[in-house]
Amino acid sequence: MCLAVPGKVLDVEDRDGTRMATVDFGGVVKEVCLEYLPDLKPGEYAIVHVGFALQRLDEESARRTLELFETLGMLQEEFGDPWEAAEATGNERPAQDGLAGEVTR
Amino acid sequence: MKYIDEFQDPELARRLLDEIRATVTRPWALMEVCGGQTHTIIRHGIDQLLPPEVELIHGPGCPVCVTPLEVIDKALEIASRPGVIFCSFGDMLRVPGTGRDLFQVRGQGGDVRVVYSPLDALRIAEQNPDREVVFFGIGFETTAPPNAMTVYQARKLGIRNFSLLVSHVRVPPAIEAIMNSPDCRVQGFLAAGHVCSVMGTEEYPELAERHRVPIVVTGFEPLDILEGVRRTVLQLERGEHTVENAYPRAVLPEGNPAARAMLDDVFEVTDRAWRGIGVIPDSGWRLSERYREYDAEQRFSVEGIDTREPAECRSGEVLQGLLKPHECEAFGTTCTPRSPLGATMVSSEGACAAYYLYRRLDLGTPSPKSPSVKSTALEGSSVV
Ligand code: SF4
Repeated sequence: MCLAVPGKVLDVEDRDGTRMATVDFGGVVKEVCLEYLPDLKPGEYAIVHVGFALQRLDEESARRTLELFETLGMLQEEFGDPWEAAEATGNERPAQDGLAGEVTR
Repeated sequence: MKYIDEFQDPELARRLLDEIRATVTRPWALMEVCGGQTHTIIRHGIDQLLPPEVELIHGPGCPVCVTPLEVIDKALEIASRPGVIFCSFGDMLRVPGTGRDLFQVRGQGGDVRVVYSPLDALRIAEQNPDREVVFFGIGFETTAPPNAMTVYQARKLGIRNFSLLVSHVRVPPAIEAIMNSPDCRVQGFLAAGHVCSVMGTEEYPELAERHRVPIVVTGFEPLDILEGVRRTVLQLERGEHTVENAYPRAVLPEGNPAARAMLDDVFEVTDRAWRGIGVIPDSGWRLSERYREYDAEQRFSVEGIDTREPAECRSGEVLQGLLKPHECEAFGTTCTPRSPLGATMVSSEGACAAYYLYRRLDLGTPSPKSPSVKSTALEGSSVV
């Protein structure tokens, strides 16, 4: 949860008065709230934490961080299925949550 | 140099290490505040690559670990109530309360859902108007603004079946508490970069001055950590104690003003208990008067819960940097990630888990238990 991951803004729209974007985290695409960085534009990079863009980032640093996270399996930790992870620590498999909310390309 | 090849830029890592080696003339103890940094350090063996004079002490910066048992028990109680949908970040599932965890509550029929963002929880509330949706709002200054925005949105959209169980904590008062402890050995801080990307660096100069301690804002990649160490050691060797920003690509002096304004609106500063440490004055946030109706503790009466910490767990000392995880008697024997006794073992960002997962088994505490510790721990290791 502590992990803040850099992502690339794909598109931006106003949804019910809230500034939202779709953001690409090295292949995983998620909805991200831009209320704290309202002038972020498609093509730009930002550090995203729990679905909120918190600070701009240049492309080079973003790319390097993403590559590193991927090598270390940290993206899986952040975006993977937490029930599965919990299950791996010892209990029987829980039913799937309907809350995926993510598109993997 | 066993681990250095994993660095993104091994050549640069070598140069930074050489510089640190050339600078250091005597022992220094630095604390990395953030659990994310602890993991980078252990994962890459940075503490072993550094010259022996530089000791890294692991700080309390893991939100999952420091959430007090009492709050976990309140979460478990609320999540067990009929009609409640309890939403949480995934890493809270396994944190033991008194006798059980959220994962087990779900097994017993509780509607516990894992969300990636607090806004997902708000969406669930919108879609389930006849249910009470509670979001477990934990975390440091990085996580508090998203949660604040969610409460703000709930009010704006008139969503009434949503509330927040709040246990937010703030870093600067924790640094203060660590420096004030009579056992404190910390001589310099690697401050948590993502906390500063929200809060900026303005809270630190006064702290650095008063305690005469260098504070270097540091990122999370291995090279960031090495650079943070290099700058802190340089200051210490020169007898300086200023605030430096070694993570300028993500941290501006003023942080994120929009996020800070939202924090000021939705939350107010309060004393908070830290698991294993106790109450630290002004170290947390609770919902401000204007938003108090969204406080889950008010909405569900959850008083009088009998909380019991396992007596053998020493995570309080681990969190304050007084004890290394492998020095705990239970480490790797009665306490493992599969059956954790304390939060520092269960959380993926906890220091005990980091030591367990990334080989810190051969560090060998010279205790009679060593052989068994070693063999148990090796199974769980991903690096050995
Ligand atoms: S090893 Fe387990 S029992 Fe010991 S301090 Fe860490 S979490 Fe607590």
